[in-house]
Amino acid sequence: MSTTEESIQAPAHAAPNTKGGAVGYYIDDRLSSANFTKRLVDKVFPDHWSFMLGEVALYSFIILLLTGTYLTLFFNPSMTEVIYNGSYVPLKGVKMSEAFSSTLAISFDVRGGLLMRQIHHWAALFFTAAVSVHLLRVFFTGAFRKPREINWVIGTLLLVLALLEGFSGYSLPDDLLSGTGLRIAEGIMQAIPLVGTYVAMFLFGGEFPGTDIMPRLYSIHILLIPGILLALITVHLIMVFYQKHTQFPGPGRTESNVVGFRLFPIYMAKAGGFFFVVFGITVLIAALVTINPVWLYGPYTPSQVTAGSQPDWYIGWLDGAVRLMPNLESNIFGYTLSWNILVPALVIPGIMFTALGLYPWIEAWATGDKREHHLLDRPRNAPTRTGLGVMSLTFYMILVISGGNDIIASAFNLSINQITWGFRFLLFIIPPLAFVLTKRICLGLQRRDNDKLLHGYETGRILRLPSGEFLEIHEPIGEAEKAKLLAKADVTPLELPSKVDANGVRNPKAAKSVARAKLSQWFYSDVIPTPTDEEMRAAAEHVAHELHEAESHLKEISQH
Amino acid sequence: MNELDHPTGDPYGAKDGKDLISGITVFPMEPHVPRKADIDPKAAIRAERQVATMFGLSSLMIILFVVAYIKVPADLLITIPILGTVNANHLAIGLAFGMAILLIGLGAIHWAKKLMPDEEVIQERHALTSSNEERAAVQSSLQRGAAESGFKERKIIRRSLLGALALFPVPLIVLLRDLGPLPGTRLRETIWDKGIHLVTDATYKKIKASDIPLGGLINAVPENLLEVEHEEETLNQRGKASIIIVRMDPAEIVSQQGDAWDYQGILAFSKICTHLGCPTSLYQQRTHHLLCPCHQSTFDLSDSGNVVFGPAARRMPQLAITVDAEGYLVAQSGFNEPVGPSFWERG
Repeated sequence: MSTTEESIQAPAHAAPNTKGGAVGYYIDDRLSSANFTKRLVDKVFPDHWSFMLGEVALYSFIILLLTGTYLTLFFNPSMTEVIYNGSYVPLKGVKMSEAFSSTLAISFDVRGGLLMRQIHHWAALFFTAAVSVHLLRVFFTGAFRKPREINWVIGTLLLVLALLEGFSGYSLPDDLLSGTGLRIAEGIMQAIPLVGTYVAMFLFGGEFPGTDIMPRLYSIHILLIPGILLALITVHLIMVFYQKHTQFPGPGRTESNVVGFRLFPIYMAKAGGFFFVVFGITVLIAALVTINPVWLYGPYTPSQVTAGSQPDWYIGWLDGAVRLMPNLESNIFGYTLSWNILVPALVIPGIMFTALGLYPWIEAWATGDKREHHLLDRPRNAPTRTGLGVMSLTFYMILVISGGNDIIASAFNLSINQITWGFRFLLFIIPPLAFVLTKRICLGLQRRDNDKLLHGYETGRILRLPSGEFLEIHEPIGEAEKAKLLAKADVTPLELPSKVDANGVRNPKAAKSVARAKLSQWFYSDVIPTPTDEEMRAAAEHVAHELHEAESHLKEISQH
Repeated sequence: MNELDHPTGDPYGAKDGKDLISGITVFPMEPHVPRKADIDPKAAIRAERQVATMFGLSSLMIILFVVAYIKVPADLLITIPILGTVNANHLAIGLAFGMAILLIGLGAIHWAKKLMPDEEVIQERHALTSSNEERAAVQSSLQRGAAESGFKERKIIRRSLLGALALFPVPLIVLLRDLGPLPGTRLRETIWDKGIHLVTDATYKKIKASDIPLGGLINAVPENLLEVEHEEETLNQRGKASIIIVRMDPAEIVSQQGDAWDYQGILAFSKICTHLGCPTSLYQQRTHHLLCPCHQSTFDLSDSGNVVFGPAARRMPQLAITVDAEGYLVAQSGFNEPVGPSFWERG
C-alpha cells in the first residue's frame, strides 16, 4: 500500500460495541446521520394537554390512510347499474350502482369490513374535529405569531383540504344521503358566474349525476387530496421541529429556551402510546356506535330524499349558511346571478378562509408587533384577539346550528320560518355581543390576576378581632403561579403620527399611519399593566404585614 | 439540568431576572419532587407489573380477535341493551381489536409516567435569523448566479422564456376539454312533451284522473323515462323530469302558470327544487305548501308554485296537463322553463 492510497481512506473509527451501534455505523457511513439523530433523540418538547390536539389530528390521518387502503381493496367506484344480490335482505333485487353495492358488500359480506368502514368514518370525523380544535388552540394562545406565520397558513390549507377530503369520501358510497349532498354541490357549481355550467358539466362528465363522478371523486379522494395532505403535514411537522415548539409561561420558561422532556424516551413512549390510545378509542367507538348506516338510506336516485337530511358535522356550517340566506337572485343582461347560493356557499367561506389565513399578518400590522414569540399568550392576556376569536366562533356555531334548523323545529315543535328568521338576526347580533363580553371577561380575569399578585389569594379564613372587626387572611401565591401571572409582556399601542413632519412638510403616508395607529390603539385598548417590581415589593410587604398582624391577633386570642 | 450554558450565564437565558427578549420576570424552576416509584422500589415494581399486565392483556386480546374472527358467524345478529341489534362478529372483533390497541397505548403512557424520568430539562432555542455575514454571503451568491446566467441583461432570452413558461400549462388545460360535453341547452330540456303520459315513479303505471282523491299526492315521471334511461344508462333524465301531482279543490287554486294547465284541480309541478336541486318531498295538504327537506324552501302549489319561504328564488315550474280519451293524465306540452337550480346562462 502506498501512502497516496492511504490518504484517501476514511480515518480509522472505533468499532461499534453494540448491535444497535453497528446499524447506526452502517447508516452513518452512508448518510452522516449521527448529528441529526443525536439532535432528534435529545430534542426537548414542552408538555401541555392542549399540544395533544394536533397529535390527535395526525394520528387520525394515519388511521385514515390505513383503513382507507383496506377499503380500496373491496370498493368499486363504478356507477354501472347492478341488481343487488348480496346478503342484506331488505335491498335484494334493488337496482343500484356498483359503488353502493360494493359498499354493502364491505358492510355485510366482508368480515371486519363494516368495522373498517366505521373506523374510517369515525376517524374522518375526529380528524376534522381535531384539526379545528387544534386551530383554535393555536389561535387563542397566539402560537401563530412570528416566526410561525407560514405554518399557520399551511394549517389553514390543511383545514380546507380536510373538508374537501371529507366531503369527497362521504359522497363515494353513492347512497341516498350522500347523493343528495353531491346534488347540492353540483347546484352550487352551476351558480358560479360565467364558468359554472362548464365546471359542473366537466366535473360530472355531463349532467347530474351521469356516470363519471364516482370514479373521478375516487381518484381525488384516494390520491390527489391525500397526497397533498401528506406533503403539507410533513412540512407542517418539519417546521414545528425546526422552529421548536412554543411553550406556556411558567417557572424557568423564557423566550429563548424550551422546558420539557426529551423525545427519547419520554415522548417516544407518551406520543407513541397516545397514537395507540387514539387508534384504540376510535376502533372501540366504531365497534359500538353505528355511523353512516348507508343500507338504511338505500341507493341514490335523484327523485328521492329523506327528511331531515344532514351532512357530516364539518359541512354543517356551509349548509346552515345556505339555509339562512334570503332568496336573492338578479338578472343582468340575460344572465343569472344567484346571490342566494353564491353568498353563503362561496363568498362567505372565501372571506372566512382568507381572513383566517391572513390573520397573523393582520394582527402584526395592527399591533406593530414584529418580535419573535415562543412563549404562548394566556388567552385573557390578549383580550382583543380572544374576543375576535370567540366572535368568529359564535358566528360559525350559529351557522352550524342553523344547519339543523329543521331538526330543531321538529324537536321543539316550533315553526321553521320563525327559527330561520331568528337565526338570520342572531347571526349579526350575537357575535358582536360575544366580542364585547369576551373582552370584558378577559380584562376581569387580568384584574383578578393582578389582585392575586399584589394581595395574594383569599384563604377563606375569616378572623374576628376582639374589636369586632372581621379580617380575611390573604396568603401570597406560589412562585409557579407568580411566574405564570407575571408572564404578560407589556404592550404599547402605536402612536398617532403627526400630519406634518418636523419641517412642516405634509406627510403623504399620514392617513395610512393614522388608520394603523387607531387600529393598534383599539387592539390594545383597556390594557391592564402588570404590576411593576416596586408594586410587587410594596404589596408583598403589605401582605406580610397583614399576616403578621393577624398572627399576633391570633396569639392574643389564644392567650385569653 | 440544562443542556447548554447560556451566554448570559443564566440557566434560563435571562438577565437580571428578566427575559432578554420579552422582558418578563423569569422565575427559577421549582425543585423536582420525586414520585413514589422513584424512591420506593416496591412502588416501582408495582408500576412495572401494571405496565406488563397491560401489554400482556393486549396480546390476549389479539388472540381473542383471531378466535372471534373465525368462530363468530359473520351473519349472527344479537340484541344488546342500549346498543340494540348488532352484528356479533363486528362487535366481537371490534372490541377485541380496539382493546388490544388501547392497552398498548395505555401501557406505554403508564410506563412513561411512572417509571421514566419526569424531571424537566431545558434546551436552548437557536436563533432563527441568520447572521448579517451569512445573509450577505447568500445574497452575493445569488447575485453572482444571476449575473452569470445573464438573466438580467439578456432581455430577449428572459422575455421569450417567460412567454414560453406562461404558455406551457395551456395543453394541460386544453387536455381537460373531453372531461364532459359543453352545457349547450341540456339544462333547459326535459323529456316531457305533448301527449306523454304521467306514470307513477315506483310502478310506472298510467294515472287515471278519477283515481286521485282530493288532497292526494303522487310522485310521477314521464312514461318514456324507463326507455330513455335504458338507452342512456344514466339517471340524468330522472333528475330533471320527476314531478309531483296534487289534487285540490279547483276553487282553492289562486293562480297557475298557464291557463287551464290543471285538470279538474289536478296540478303537476316539477319535483326538483329550484334552489339546489333536491327532490322536494314534504307536502302540506291544508296549505298546499311544498317543502324541500334540504334547505326548507317552501312553494305554494295553489298559487303558481311561488316561493313563500326559504332560500329558493324561483317558483316551481308547472307542467301543463290534461287527460287522454280514456281519462289518463298526459302532458299538454313539455315544461316551458328550465327545471332545477338556477345557472348563469339561464337568464
